Amino acid sequence: MKALKFSRKQLGIPYGVFMLFFVVLPLLLIVLYAFTVETHEPTTNDIAYFSFSFENFVYFFGSSANIRAIYVSFGLAIITTVICLLVAYPVAYILARSKMKWKNVVLMLFILPMWINFVLRTAAMKELLFKIGLYKSSKLSMVNTVIGMVYDYLPFTILPLYTVLIKLDKNLIEASQDLGANSVQTFFKVVIPLSAPGIVSAITMVLLPTTTSYVVSDTLGNGNVTIIGKLIEDQFSTMFDWHAGSAIAMILLVLIFITMLITRKFSDEEVNTRGGGLW
Amino acid sequence: MVKKIIKITYIVLSLAFIYAPIILLTVYSFNLSQSIGIWSKKWGFGLYQQLFTDKSIMQTVLNTVILALLASVCSTILGTIGAIGTFYSKRKVKGALNALTQIPVINAEIVTAISIALVCSMFAFGRTYASLLIGHIVLCFPFVYLSVLPKLKQLDGNLYEAALDLGASPTKALFKVIIPEILPGIFSGFMLAVTLSLDDYIITTFTRPPTFDTISTYVFDAYAKGGKGSSVPALRALSTLIFVLMILILVIQNVSASRRRKKNENNR
Repeated sequence: MKALKFSRKQLGIPYGVFMLFFVVLPLLLIVLYAFTVETHEPTTNDIAYFSFSFENFVYFFGSSANIRAIYVSFGLAIITTVICLLVAYPVAYILARSKMKWKNVVLMLFILPMWINFVLRTAAMKELLFKIGLYKSSKLSMVNTVIGMVYDYLPFTILPLYTVLIKLDKNLIEASQDLGANSVQTFFKVVIPLSAPGIVSAITMVLLPTTTSYVVSDTLGNGNVTIIGKLIEDQFSTMFDWHAGSAIAMILLVLIFITMLITRKFSDEEVNTRGGGLW
Repeated sequence: MVKKIIKITYIVLSLAFIYAPIILLTVYSFNLSQSIGIWSKKWGFGLYQQLFTDKSIMQTVLNTVILALLASVCSTILGTIGAIGTFYSKRKVKGALNALTQIPVINAEIVTAISIALVCSMFAFGRTYASLLIGHIVLCFPFVYLSVLPKLKQLDGNLYEAALDLGASPTKALFKVIIPEILPGIFSGFMLAVTLSLDDYIITTFTRPPTFDTISTYVFDAYAKGGKGSSVPALRALSTLIFVLMILILVIQNVSASRRRKKNENNR
């Protein structure tokens, strides 16, 4: 019997096959579902009964609730991202420039919550908001959601910022000061531009989950905050209209693709892997 | 001096924000009140007792851990062979496989989740443990791939050639030369996969069998779907235990890492 033999590059074959079935094909199915409607009653999810149609998209953009959800999603995402950056940047900057012995321990404390279950942390936040009385008023749903999102994504913002700031060449800062810039000018004209890759990576890490992951808005929003991700979930779990859900998913896919094209030239591989460098 | 005080205050305040909910839960895990807003006069380990006698919670914990381990082992194998296969392929194949691997990383989790649900229903195995496992593997394998790839780049290409020249078969050379060299990357990929799987809610909820719960789905159902201010008291004990466990693991991890670093410095 011949022993099982394979060379290194043949290992790419099973990998490629797996991705064809569970990465490429699923996305193609989303496109298929998005552009079709089911003609058979009750629904069978049988391709034989699918007929081509733009109805899902027409319906989606025709509903004012959906349009509102888009506004809410982007509003929440932008506010959360800005607050995260404003809070995280000083933390990362202070830690990166400090000569403190405890620096690494403090950094560890900041990113430690990344390893604690996301849903549990959100639930803990709900208990806290409830305790201090913020949760009682339904007017505060939006505020609570923003607090929860900032709380959940802050570690993901601090890490990439710290990674670029620690690599920053200190001579450049000194050079700027020698050439007569004051510390404010140095900060805005030297430090911020040089940390652009970290800022971009922090933004991409916060922006996407805040528009799509409905865990926080469902737990803290008191039923008043609907984001795009929630719309998809509704179509799949409550309405059982997979075609309409896929259409929304496809709109999201296109948006993600566009954002990726925009941010790609800034991206820095080392900063980009969700806390990958830590283990 | 003033500057220093401002800096330290800022750091302390930010940490307080991050840890306030966790500390509150920890304190309340020793209080027997039904909801957090109200202190009960009874203190003790009652909630911990409840936790360990509650069969549904224990089952949920077990489900979560087993799923995380299974998914991580599978995605570690897949991600590792993927990284090796891709790295040594011709340029075009390499580019294509690399690009495909990036898709689940940049994609929104909910899109991945429903796409897996669609493909599984199409192959007529619907929402079963298989679809759940596949969902978690798709979530994790790109991160294993991404942590193995840098190690392959650092690898000295001559080692493999030397093994072949010395008479090893390609398979043997792979297991005896390449795998041991990239082991740290494989290990960190595995750890990352475990944390991602433990953390996941969205993919789980779309691909799990109807009665199957992980900690994420259990907690979410208790807190988000249970209406205003609802909570399951025993979950406070569970959260506290998870927090303490994670802190312990990270402290041990860091202490041993810094010891290793010191040892290396001393050897030099």
